[in-house]
Amino acid sequence: MTWIDSLLQSQPSWTNFAIFAGLGVTMLSITLGFVTFAILAERKVMGYMQLRHGPNRVGGRFGLLQSVADILKLLLKEDTRPKQADKTLFVLAPVIAYAPAFLVIAVIPFTEAFKFTDIGVGLLYYIAISGISTIGIVTAGWASNNKYALMGGMRAAAQMISYEIPLVMSVIGIILFTGSLNLVEIVQAQENIAFIFLQPIAFLIFLIAGTAELNRTPFDLPEAESELVAGYHVEYSGFRWAFFMLSEYVYLFALSALITVLFLGGWNAPIPGIGLNEIGLGAVWFTIKFIVIVFLFMWMRITFPRLRADQLMEFGWKVLLPIALANIFLSALIKELFF
Amino acid sequence: MIRTEEMMLNVGPQHPSTHGVFRLVIKVDGETIVEATPVIGYLHRGTEKLAEDLQYTQIIPYTDRMDYISAMTNNYVLCHAVETMMGAELPDRAEYLRVLAMELGRVASHLVWFGTYLLDIGAVSPFLYAFREREMIINLLNELSGARLTFNYMRVGGVKWDAPDGWLEKVREFVPYMREQLKGYHDLVTGNEIFLNRVKGIGKYTKEEAIQYSLSGANLRCTGVEWDLRKHETYSVYDRFDFNVITREGGDAWSRYQCRMAEIEESLKIIEQAVEQIPDDGKYMGKVPRIIKAPKGEAFVRIESPRGEIGCYIASEGKKEPYRLKFRRPSFYNLQILPKLLKGENMANLITILGGVDIVLGEVDG
Repeated sequence: MTWIDSLLQSQPSWTNFAIFAGLGVTMLSITLGFVTFAILAERKVMGYMQLRHGPNRVGGRFGLLQSVADILKLLLKEDTRPKQADKTLFVLAPVIAYAPAFLVIAVIPFTEAFKFTDIGVGLLYYIAISGISTIGIVTAGWASNNKYALMGGMRAAAQMISYEIPLVMSVIGIILFTGSLNLVEIVQAQENIAFIFLQPIAFLIFLIAGTAELNRTPFDLPEAESELVAGYHVEYSGFRWAFFMLSEYVYLFALSALITVLFLGGWNAPIPGIGLNEIGLGAVWFTIKFIVIVFLFMWMRITFPRLRADQLMEFGWKVLLPIALANIFLSALIKELFF
Repeated sequence: MIRTEEMMLNVGPQHPSTHGVFRLVIKVDGETIVEATPVIGYLHRGTEKLAEDLQYTQIIPYTDRMDYISAMTNNYVLCHAVETMMGAELPDRAEYLRVLAMELGRVASHLVWFGTYLLDIGAVSPFLYAFREREMIINLLNELSGARLTFNYMRVGGVKWDAPDGWLEKVREFVPYMREQLKGYHDLVTGNEIFLNRVKGIGKYTKEEAIQYSLSGANLRCTGVEWDLRKHETYSVYDRFDFNVITREGGDAWSRYQCRMAEIEESLKIIEQAVEQIPDDGKYMGKVPRIIKAPKGEAFVRIESPRGEIGCYIASEGKKEPYRLKFRRPSFYNLQILPKLLKGENMANLITILGGVDIVLGEVDG
């Protein structure tokens, strides 16, 4: 992406600004487009798995415009704020939760040509930025001045601390194999074999810890509706609530894309040799792998009950972390002996 | 040392997991419950007082609205009490129809419990699967009685209507279907590691405590006490069926789950046998006077409802209306152990324990 580099090096001008703004809008629309239809897809998949139809009125038989209508409705809703809430933090929290969700997408290489930035520490950047969202959640829990929300926020904080660590530890094996934190180089290293085969344990840990990061079932404790009513966003409504909901789906997008990049070989063909990336098949491979992962997340949500908070902690610290550490050791050994 | 403060938390009456309008005032230290006080009465309609001004047949619809998840057993307990006082003879077909209706109701009730319990624990799908099967039962009972939930089907001396043509055949077909679906439930839920971790060892009490607190139904049998009124104080035609009393030893939520799931199978057994044995003479109403008057005196009968022992006490002065009517409502009694069980547990276990008791608020509040 030399032309972006040269743009960055050149003198600031309105043209440059327009180009960057255009790129930003492109990224935003891809993500929002995904989010709109991911919500629909999830409701559809969930519906079919649960003997229902899911949305089928707005926008034709398949309810194609249902999510759009829902989001528009949220936009038009009255903006309510509890009287006792901390005003500044209450308004700020959804933004803190939402903005990082978009920031992380910048580093994900969808294909060789289609990526927004190509920074050396892409993986580290993703993990660091995605951690900020939890601050938004904790802030929301605190600022709402609601006991249920507070409990949800505290759970979110505990969960993030426990699961961020195995999440990071699990990818160290990959970093050892590629010798780089750059996501493009990680994909290039998987030209012959995807890391899911070389690092199956890491993949499982990453998937589990990732689900916990996404706050999705079976790790949806911060918003466990049967215990905490709605958890941290119990006092939010209208578009502030939509911010939380949307950021969850944007993270679903980002994490699924990251798993595709880290473990499934990104735009590389599943079987080496039939790549045909020259004619643009890379995007197709990426999309297929990506959809499989998204579907897996939906499937998990529909099947599993929820863990208990203390079991969640125990599982994170006593099971995932040691396995992740053992995996690092094993990876180093394999790398020394065979590569 | 960090200074901590206890927090008072209102769980309900508008809370997704309180199964109606139950309210629980808890004091929590972090997420640990220090003290729990149940507050009931939001659904109190004064059934017992109202009944004093109603004729016996007019009370039956009121009983439908007590335990609205299994209204048939409530119908039965009232009719049974009046019949006991009058010494009424019932035709066999009426007894069998009653048993069929009650056992179908029991399966439906346990299905509702299974679905909502899993919903409490965080799994959404089993709820919808359970309700698919429940819907079939409701349709069957609808054909029988003309209503989906508030059946008003039984009468003193028999039942309101005979089963429509082909109904027994439908019930017969339903039994193997339900067994098949039960296998599916066990595949989906019973072996799930997360589910097991959530319920094993939670809300544990001993045999003695269960008896002290006057628990009944699955809440008692989960501690190993073999006590099922259908077997041990048999009524109606239950002595003609071959079925087991399900007990488990654990006394925890897991045992209660196992008990209820196994009870569905036992109920199916009873339904199967009842469909085979039911006499085909078309007599569904016994000889009772036009105006029902229970003779002067009093009577107490108790039967096994899906939630436990439901009892009905009638004091009569020989009039059309009872002088005093009292129901022993099992949910109300089963609930009393809650404050003891909740002490020292956390929020997530609160839901598991409360759900495991299987309360119906219409019954708790009367």
